[in-house]
Amino acid sequence: MSDAGWVKSDQQLAREERRRRLALRSATLATISTVVLLGVVALIVLTSPGWPVVRRAFFSWPDAKASFPDIARAFWVNIKLFLTAEPVILVIGLAVAVVRGTRSPVMFPLRALAIAYTDLFRGVPTLLLVFLVGFGLPALNLQGVPTSPFVLGWIALILSYGAYVAEVFRAGIDSVHRNQRASGRARGLTEAQTMRYVVLPQAVRNVIPPLLNDFVSLQKDTALVSVIGVVETLRVANVYASSNFNYTPYVVAAMFFIVLTIPLARFTDRLTRRSVERQFGTSS
Amino acid sequence: MSMLRLDNVWKQYGDQVVLKGVDLSVETHQVVCLIGASGSGKSTLLRCIDLLEQVDDGRIWLGDEDITEPGVDADQARRRIGMVFQSYNLFPHLTVLDNVTLAPRRVHKKPRRDAEAAALHLLGRFGLADKAQDHPDKLSGGQQQRVAVVCAMATDPQVMLFDEVTSALDPELVGEVLDVIRGLKEGGMTMVIATHEMAFARDVADTVCFLDDGVLLEQGPPAQILSAPTQRRTREFLTRVLPT
Repeated sequence: MSDAGWVKSDQQLAREERRRRLALRSATLATISTVVLLGVVALIVLTSPGWPVVRRAFFSWPDAKASFPDIARAFWVNIKLFLTAEPVILVIGLAVAVVRGTRSPVMFPLRALAIAYTDLFRGVPTLLLVFLVGFGLPALNLQGVPTSPFVLGWIALILSYGAYVAEVFRAGIDSVHRNQRASGRARGLTEAQTMRYVVLPQAVRNVIPPLLNDFVSLQKDTALVSVIGVVETLRVANVYASSNFNYTPYVVAAMFFIVLTIPLARFTDRLTRRSVERQFGTSS
Repeated sequence: MSMLRLDNVWKQYGDQVVLKGVDLSVETHQVVCLIGASGSGKSTLLRCIDLLEQVDDGRIWLGDEDITEPGVDADQARRRIGMVFQSYNLFPHLTVLDNVTLAPRRVHKKPRRDAEAAALHLLGRFGLADKAQDHPDKLSGGQQQRVAVVCAMATDPQVMLFDEVTSALDPELVGEVLDVIRGLKEGGMTMVIATHEMAFARDVADTVCFLDDGVLLEQGPPAQILSAPTQRRTREFLTRVLPT
């Protein structure tokens, strides 16, 4: 169809003019209400009786400057922890999810193990797990068991997040239409081949947004390993805070985490929106 | 010896008995159309033949092998059968070409180059050569079903099963898919086709079978079953579906 010769009617022009005016009004209203709200919050905080004390304890510029270099160095430990744990978590999560989906009798013990693993480690708070692994594992005095707090914390995070990620992958596998499996089997593919070439590629694509969400969460939870003595961001902030009687390093540490997580969170939002569009959007 | 023979096949889901002792023989090069109301057991029958469902009694013979016997390699049996479903045949993450070559490459271990050459030849035969690099969601429903037929044909099956392959299509797309099946008949393919398209069944079938509530009530040449059925239930069904 050609739109040549289409002159917009007066009615349409008037309508568009009216829509423009309405849009301007909405934007003005949004600005005013935001400014008012922020003003009220600021007023309440700044006029509160404890504000002068809070300002000195949490927002002291000299303390922020003094603690910054140490915290920045410690934050590198959190990043290392996150970057090295993540790939292992993905592998474990995927393996556990796939094993849970098998039906062959040979796989029974592995299947039982996978179920026990997810049930157990999804149920135990991550902080508690960090304590148990961090103090319990070395106490066994076994040959070859690592004693470095960094490695123990790394193991605890992997155990905990592996269970979560396994469930995410399992949801992804379930989200692939069952007829896709039938179609794979009908073409002569074995159960394993159908999983590998038909189900998993689609499943993984479907769960990328929730997976990224778990990663954001893991980035924050790397701070939990401070409780077993890993010298990372929270630990360093803690040491500084208690020796100087000032909490500003906590705020500095929080800033580091925020700066790391916000980009990933935004990226996740964008991917989620894209996959929703792909599902309900333009096709046919 | 029949290419495919069903002997007293029973199937139930929970309390519901879906197939009640079906007997059916399909000879080489023969085209059998299954007709009957929704829920009469047509799809279940086809799924049992392709071993996607386990029969609860009876036997299914593919050539001289009883494929319902426990311990039979189901993957091996399925490789001799091609099946096209109503929908979800194609894998959305793969291109048309990769869809067609998946089974030849992974199941029959053909080298990529050979599999692709054969696939392109087959796609060309069905007028789909220019779609080879597209993903399925770029294709019309009719084109998708034609590609699905190509996928099933890519491994040289001895029997093809069609499970209401045009039921999910817009009316103007039905013809092109049925034409593809007609083409297979001319090539001598042995086929079992569950369909709601009575005119098509009359045209393409050597034998029409009427399924009613899990019972194969009558079968015969299309002219006889569709024009002069002996069973009251068949007549009732046909008056409902045939334009008067």
